[in-house]
Amino acid sequence: MTELRLWLQQNYGPLVALGLFVLIFSVYIGNHPAGLTVGVATTAANKGVLLALVGMAQTLPVLTGGLDLSVGMIFVMCNCIASAIVTGTPWQVAGGVAATLLAGLVCGILNGAIIVYGRLQPIITTLATGAVYYGIALWIRPVPGGEVDETLADALTNQIFDVIPTTLVLLLAVVLFIWLPFRASVLGRGAYAAGSAEAAAYMSGVNIDRSKLAAYTLCGLLASIAALLLTFVTDSGEASAPGGSIYTLNSIAVVVIGGTSLLGGVGGAIGSIFGAFVLRTIGDLLFVFDLPPLWQPLIQGAILLAALSLGAARVFRIRNRLELFG
Amino acid sequence: MVAPDPAAPFWQMEGISKRYGGVTALEDVAFACRRGRIHAILGENGAGKSTLIKIMSGVVQPDSGTMRLEGAPVSFATPAEAMRHGVVCIFQELSLIPDLSVADNLGIVDPPRRFGFIDQRAQRRRAEELLARVGCDDVHPRELVRNLPLSRRQMVEIAGALGRSPKMLILDEATSALTAADVEKIYGILRRLREEGLAILYISHRMHEIAALADDCSVFRNGRHIETFAKGAKTDNEIVELMIGREYRHVFPPKPARTAPAEPVLEIARLSWGDRLSDIDLTVRRGEIVGLGGLDGQGQRELLLALFGVLSGVEGEIKVAGQRVAVASPRRAKSPAIGMALIPEDRKTEGLMLPMSVRDNVSLAAIGKFTRGLLIDRSAELSQVDEMVRNLAIRTDSADAAVATLSGGNQQKVVIAKWLMTEARLILLNDPTRGIDVGTKQEIYQLLRRLADAGSAILLYTTDYDELIGCCDRVAILYDGRITRELSGDALTERNIMTSALNLPLDATVPTEARP
Repeated sequence: MTELRLWLQQNYGPLVALGLFVLIFSVYIGNHPAGLTVGVATTAANKGVLLALVGMAQTLPVLTGGLDLSVGMIFVMCNCIASAIVTGTPWQVAGGVAATLLAGLVCGILNGAIIVYGRLQPIITTLATGAVYYGIALWIRPVPGGEVDETLADALTNQIFDVIPTTLVLLLAVVLFIWLPFRASVLGRGAYAAGSAEAAAYMSGVNIDRSKLAAYTLCGLLASIAALLLTFVTDSGEASAPGGSIYTLNSIAVVVIGGTSLLGGVGGAIGSIFGAFVLRTIGDLLFVFDLPPLWQPLIQGAILLAALSLGAARVFRIRNRLELFG
Repeated sequence: MVAPDPAAPFWQMEGISKRYGGVTALEDVAFACRRGRIHAILGENGAGKSTLIKIMSGVVQPDSGTMRLEGAPVSFATPAEAMRHGVVCIFQELSLIPDLSVADNLGIVDPPRRFGFIDQRAQRRRAEELLARVGCDDVHPRELVRNLPLSRRQMVEIAGALGRSPKMLILDEATSALTAADVEKIYGILRRLREEGLAILYISHRMHEIAALADDCSVFRNGRHIETFAKGAKTDNEIVELMIGREYRHVFPPKPARTAPAEPVLEIARLSWGDRLSDIDLTVRRGEIVGLGGLDGQGQRELLLALFGVLSGVEGEIKVAGQRVAVASPRRAKSPAIGMALIPEDRKTEGLMLPMSVRDNVSLAAIGKFTRGLLIDRSAELSQVDEMVRNLAIRTDSADAAVATLSGGNQQKVVIAKWLMTEARLILLNDPTRGIDVGTKQEIYQLLRRLADAGSAILLYTTDYDELIGCCDRVAILYDGRITRELSGDALTERNIMTSALNLPLDATVPTEARP
């Protein structure tokens, strides 16, 4: 009984996001002219997983008490790289995928190294590196274009056994092979500890630097996975500055809706997945209700505020008001 | 394993010195402790105890001197390194991670692993074992530390230290938040660990704890190691004698002769806040400087914060100039109806806007005086601020310079100037002379007396007993969130303050105003 109470208490954020998603998605399907068909589900999944991956990426630095404003630009840059090299013979395709992932990883390491060893603030560091990554994207692909291996693209954007959207399986694989191992490792534990109380973590002899570096590195890797998926969905690459910025900002929104504290130490990538699906479905919802698309930012903003308020309830328990500023 | 030789010192340090800026925290300290002994460290505030254990546990590094562990020279660059050598410290400021569960915290340094990943089940089992070892079965291993009451957190902290299989355990006021039953459990554990051959260093302000536990005692004073002796070799009185007797360095302005009591400005009745403040009764009169004394962390800061409206859930009655008031925020506290000012503890975070100019800082709290419509009347602001800067002799190249460029003493004068601008009738000060030079201290003492003579009421918390004696007309000693004694007149001596701070009975021949 205590176990259950504690579990609910500690997974409050993701559960609220899941509930919100189920609610919005039911309304969406209920009003969709076609209902819940494989095609509708696959389209929803493809768009949702894309944002979910970027959101998961952002979750890691946020957990350490940092932020990665370059995540959208890593995403755009890797999209451009993939559109240039993920093509040709099966071996070349495999090499291209590996090189794209490596590029994201290196971007993450660079961010992490500057923040951890250079002791620069995460926001300004990643704002600057983000501009650099965007510059590289423009250099690779001054105009939209490129191509990607058709077979792989079809396989990834359709269904397995004609029912399950492949992207959901990809997302599951990322959770199983990247997020859960990180969460269960000493590195992950250190990331939570650094975000929750950095001084106490230091005093406990936790290797904070290594954990932070790992968080930023995995953030870059996850962004490059998302970029690969984008390339397979769009069959091309585009160095789009607005696209990158919107993904960066949405990734922060997704993290918060999913119950991760921007102060660090609380939350996780699972919540961000639900957060991403919530944010995506809101957009689609406006579509089925035939609301003008101009309303979308307004409604999204209102939902974000509501989700934030649910997470801010702790303020009522504070008894020394100085702690509000700590 | 070779049985430890009880005669050989486990830990030895020699010639250890540490300075923070101009302040000497430790000077040429030689100190040793042995396995199988509980060694108590005694000393008043600022005697160097905290610096000593920070050096031993790798939090700070000494400027000079050598340290030996079982005869081999060591130096610790980080707490992690000290832990690897078996030196584990339980700090007063808790080192638990609030957002992690109890089990996660207990396994924070070296969790049990399987295939490279943290083994949740094994970690949970270990947490349950450790909790059982400190007799803390009521704490659920999955509970977040954030949600535990302070006394449970402290027990978890102790359990965590045991989990690091220490050879030397350092406890810094580790029992301050514990219930009596927990303290008994901790005594039992410490005695058992002593039997197992650990070296235990115990810092406490509670003489009865030291009497119950310690084998050896070391007294520190002014950053120096004064004496080490076996427990029982000296009486409580003799120990107090060793702890006090610091040189008087300051000159204080003369106190006015006591006349008929003036009207009270502040009257506090039965003020309580959680488990940190209990039933505080205190009166501060016009023209009076009242000191808050006692050892650090007995509720003095909380009392000032409670008066200034920073804490919520404060019970009891506060009267200002005879009127009952409810202070819900600092903004309310400084309003003319109440007229309080608080010189906060940490001038860098709570006192000053460091990048802003001296002028902007000084006028900030009283900015309402200078508004004309929606705008700030810059010329009125400047003339009054400049006058205040001259009155307090704040030394700066220009009143437009950023406060960050000033010396510590001048920065503190800016904080005081800011609050004098509000013309408060009740001035609360939280350790206003900490870390500033002697000259400025002198000026502040003069200023406080001038303000009192001009009719202000002053409530001063200071960790420096000299100041309590030299500055204050009356001193209330706090112990465990209660005022246990008030001292004034001839009873206001260093010996009486120290004895009261340790909650020992006073020498009956000395006149006091003891409380029941």
